[in-house]
Amino acid sequence: MALLEVDNLVVKFGHRHGAVTAIRGISFSVERGERLGIVGESGAGKSVAAFSILDLLSEPGFVAAGHIRFDGQDLRALNSEALRQVRGQRISMIFQDPMMTLNPVLSIGVQMIECLKAHRRISTSAARDIALEKLRLVQMPSPEKRLDQYPHELSGGMKQRIIIAIALLLDPELIIADEPTTALDVTIQAEIMQLLLDLCSQQHLALILITHDLGVVSQITDRTLVMYAGRIIEQGPTKGIINDPQHPYTQGLIRALPQQTLPGERLNQIPGSMPTLEHLPSGCAFHPRCAYVRARCDSVVPGFTQAGESLAACHMVEDLVKDPGAVLIETERGQ
Amino acid sequence: MSDLVEIHNISKRFAIHGDLLDQLTFEDGRLRRKREYVHAVNDVSLTVRKGEALCVVGESGCGKSTLARLVIGLLRPSSGKVIYDGERIDDMTGAERKPYHRRMQMIFQNPYASLNPRMTITQTLEEPLRWHQPELSRNEYMAKIAEVMASVGIDASWGSRYPHEFSGGQRQRISIARALVVDPEFIVADEPISALDVSIQAQVLNLMSSAQEERSLTYLFITHDLAVVEHFASRVAVMYLGTLCELAPARALFASPQHPYTRALLSAIPRLRDERPAFIRLEGEVPTPVHLPSGCVFHQRCPYANERCRREVPRLEALPGQVSPDQPKGARISAEHLVACHAVQERRI
Repeated sequence: MALLEVDNLVVKFGHRHGAVTAIRGISFSVERGERLGIVGESGAGKSVAAFSILDLLSEPGFVAAGHIRFDGQDLRALNSEALRQVRGQRISMIFQDPMMTLNPVLSIGVQMIECLKAHRRISTSAARDIALEKLRLVQMPSPEKRLDQYPHELSGGMKQRIIIAIALLLDPELIIADEPTTALDVTIQAEIMQLLLDLCSQQHLALILITHDLGVVSQITDRTLVMYAGRIIEQGPTKGIINDPQHPYTQGLIRALPQQTLPGERLNQIPGSMPTLEHLPSGCAFHPRCAYVRARCDSVVPGFTQAGESLAACHMVEDLVKDPGAVLIETERGQ
Repeated sequence: MSDLVEIHNISKRFAIHGDLLDQLTFEDGRLRRKREYVHAVNDVSLTVRKGEALCVVGESGCGKSTLARLVIGLLRPSSGKVIYDGERIDDMTGAERKPYHRRMQMIFQNPYASLNPRMTITQTLEEPLRWHQPELSRNEYMAKIAEVMASVGIDASWGSRYPHEFSGGQRQRISIARALVVDPEFIVADEPISALDVSIQAQVLNLMSSAQEERSLTYLFITHDLAVVEHFASRVAVMYLGTLCELAPARALFASPQHPYTRALLSAIPRLRDERPAFIRLEGEVPTPVHLPSGCVFHQRCPYANERCRREVPRLEALPGQVSPDQPKGARISAEHLVACHAVQERRI
């Protein structure tokens, strides 16, 4: 059984004129010890998906439909006290901005001990020992000293290490990391990513990594979901998606990276921009920007087709798999 | 290629000590006046050549944005000078500088903050024209605005709209249009694509490249994104803690980085397709720019540091003459490839 199963999740945000749908029916699962990447641009719904797993959506967002099962337990059916036992204890979360996550008026030690005491009946000195152990685990230099320091005394990279240590305090089975290195410099980012990778393999932790950076995803995840306008449009093994992307959007995203083009040449750009939630295109949401658009793309939402190593939600891929010859002739005629 | 902008030994420090009463402290029974500065840019010399795209890279706090602001004149240097096309501009009065402001324009990082939300796009684009070319007629203004909007791919009929009606990528196009509308020859771009999504970044970078070709622009491009640098730059300047540590043609820098910091920085780029990146991990963290380390600012974190590095500030010099065998074209490149490192100059690495 998968550790986490998300089944047909729909998330809406209410506003004056009704509600907009940010997540339009996504399903995925995470196995024990698996590292899953969720990639997409701003507005794709990747953070909303992560927040809704732990019921952290704030007003006016709400989960409108779907099931979220963790270790067989339906998280949506739990009351807030029972959910609290899961949240933080078995699933913990790392947020984007380390400067905003820590409480600036409490010392690091107080914040770590507070977290342990909220979940376990434990003495302060025992909690302190656990906190120290976790700080050593994240390779924090001179951990004893850190417990008495305040967040402003630490650099961004050190704060993110502290936050990872806090996420590990209660020995979770799953960590959800929402853009954990976006606010950090490249050298620090590389260190933090290496640390996350080592921790996950040592502790057999499952990880959901949410990011817009395909380079980061390719380095540490086993499997990747690509999201666009509230739907998963491609999923599969990370290596497969990076080396042989199937969906035109994934292809465009990878080809748009400067490292994919020789210096000085024009970059391959995707025309247009991500649609807003109020004006989502009908059918496949990507069709107004797609170079391979077909007759039914603007009316029928594509299902998943197995192609290459991944599953892609695209009519062109579907036709290509069914009858490669016909599509090639059509494309040639189109050009 | 001739030099368009010359930066000579420029430094900028910011006072953080507050006013006189805050400066006074009582130590050992005596009243002392304590003054503290952030040394943002220290003794940087650099030239920007006509028609090139010089990229300045470095991590947050290395002084790259301060350098951009010193060049464009938003900040006055604490010492050193900026020479634009043969004229010293950093000590000019506002009125004297005005003709230069038309020739040099700036694009800022955040297109949500750099456009006035209460001005329509036409008003935003018209303001610099009215300031720099008051002799033109209204029809000429409108013709220019329409032309520049078309060139950045914004429909001219959207001129009466306000910034909030546009997406981030479109806003950045408008910021670029605002810089281009006065026909500048030199553009300072401070992280122009950092706030944008990947697919939009490519659009904006392409736009900047084609504007460079069409208008023979010169760019000073500030960024932390090394993948973008590799693609866009003709030359690269690497900064660390307010100091220039390496200056080289982009191709040479990415093929054979010399300075230990540059090596570590390049190794940290998340690449799509290498299994195990040979990431060079640096010891410790960037020191504060309030108390600069003695000697080479990088020595505390450098695996090759020795006594000389701790004592003596390295100068930016061409690579030592001899060319390594795995670098066949090195002889020509090495004169262009400057590095400030004792270990490299002494051929210890």
